Amino acid sequence: MNDFRLNRRDFIKRAGVATAAAAFPLSVVELAFGAAQDKFTFAHISDAHIQHVKGTEFVRNWDRGLIRAVAEANLLTPKPDFVMFGGDLAQLGTKEELDHGAEMLSRLRHKTYCVMGEHDYYLDLGEYWSKLFGPHYYSFDHKGVHFVVLNSILTYDEWTYNRWPTARQRMLEMAGLDNPNGSPFMVGEKQREWLRADLARVAKTTPIVLFSHSPIQKLYKGWNFWTEDAEQVQALLKPFPTVTVIYGHVHQIQYNQVGNITFHSVMATAWPWPYPQSYAQAEHAMPKLTVPMNRADPFFERDATGWQFIDMDTGRVMMDYNLYNNTSRVVAYNPATRQPEDRVYQDPSKRIPPQDHY
Amino acid sequence: MKAITVTATLGAVLLAGTIIGFLAQADEFTKKDQERWQNEYMAVVQKGRALWTSAELGTKGVACAQCHPNAANTHPETYPKFQQQLGRVIALREMINWCIQQPLEGKPLAFDDPKMIALESYIAYERRGVRMDPGKH
Ligand code: HEC
Ligand SMILES: [Fe+2]
Ligand SMILES: [Fe+2]
Repeated sequence: MNDFRLNRRDFIKRAGVATAAAAFPLSVVELAFGAAQDKFTFAHISDAHIQHVKGTEFVRNWDRGLIRAVAEANLLTPKPDFVMFGGDLAQLGTKEELDHGAEMLSRLRHKTYCVMGEHDYYLDLGEYWSKLFGPHYYSFDHKGVHFVVLNSILTYDEWTYNRWPTARQRMLEMAGLDNPNGSPFMVGEKQREWLRADLARVAKTTPIVLFSHSPIQKLYKGWNFWTEDAEQVQALLKPFPTVTVIYGHVHQIQYNQVGNITFHSVMATAWPWPYPQSYAQAEHAMPKLTVPMNRADPFFERDATGWQFIDMDTGRVMMDYNLYNNTSRVVAYNPATRQPEDRVYQDPSKRIPPQDHY
Repeated sequence: MKAITVTATLGAVLLAGTIIGFLAQADEFTKKDQERWQNEYMAVVQKGRALWTSAELGTKGVACAQCHPNAANTHPETYPKFQQQLGRVIALREMINWCIQQPLEGKPLAFDDPKMIALESYIAYERRGVRMDPGKH
């Protein structure tokens, strides 16, 4: 497995430089994957925050992050079965931003699915996003795994419908991560009922992978690293022994295990966020298991951003964080300890100074 | 010799104070004074917070708060410190200007610009209670 991984990374690095070098890993990989039906891969790109300046101008830095993820994902060998985009395609939910983002995503040579982020939603409550990408929540089956996509960034009706004089102000209030006028994310009763019915049709032995934008757990409310009805959603997943939740929004590496559920966050392509423990005035509960990403170096604008490729093996996730200016990280479920672990840094004696956040 | 000069100067200052009709008691202040001074500071913190969340420091609509919620990851307690990319020891305000010029694509502020003081006030306020640790990377 490790060999394959190195080969694939080599391939990405060399592609475009030496075609001959690329040919070898390509064939090795196809052999390795030809055998087992329950092994497959997909890619996950998230939090592009495409931001309109004016006219045809968009913030260059965020554009570059998404363009690079799309270009690299197109080089993956073997081809991933699909790409998931994890939400916050836009910064302020405008048609210009969503169109520009969709145009960049359309260059992916793979089937692409999308998750709703709060930056996509709160201008027109997801109306234009729907025209581009379809329903706000849905499920599909793929090679024996049941995949669910939730819109987890809803909030209280009073906040959404009655509090703000204009749609634009509502969007701006929710767009500020640390804005005390924001409101906690939630899945909501309607969607939970849909999920209950959806899961009722699935055999309990089926591995479940659920995608959401916010973590379906309560980490830090101040920055909405939080879903208000997380416990209720977790309860619906309880009957299934193999469940993975993959979420965006946090712009940083996080992972942990809660009962039967393995949680993985994904990186943003736009910019990284501090860990909540870096905010001296905050009360918070960050996952103990997580070995943090390296502290970002502001002199490299792509540092601490990136995207993921994921190996599914018998319904478990191996998350490969492809970091643009840093050593890649691999976090995979360890059947012996029954929790996700970093392949290199999990042992406390292996930690390195850039992983200290304060 | 030195002592005499100091006494003489003090005397002159006291005299000047008496003549214009008020005598400032440098070592005495009331609770009310303290409250007023704190409020003055908090008013500047508010200005800093407003700048933090606005696009006004840059040219592309990007704000500090986008990457630094609650001014996290600005580490004011570690300054002055060696900044490896610049190869020398710098003050916090130089990093503030660096971020204004790079991610925000804005113009650097003069070090005594009221906006710079407001940004520093806000950064320090969000970091209150954290031990000084100059030089720490
Ligand atoms: C695109 C994201 C981004 C934006 C926008 C941004 N910064 Fe930064 N800034 C960073 C990163 C990343 C670091 C490095 C953080 C670390 O050292 O952990 C940093 C570091 C800093 C530091 C030094 C912190 C240290 O530990 O030495 C200061 C001060 C700072 N920024 C101020 C600002 C100010 C003021 C603004 C708005 C004018 C701003 N930043 C906007 C990304 C950003
Ligand atoms: Fe985001
Ligand atoms: Fe988000």
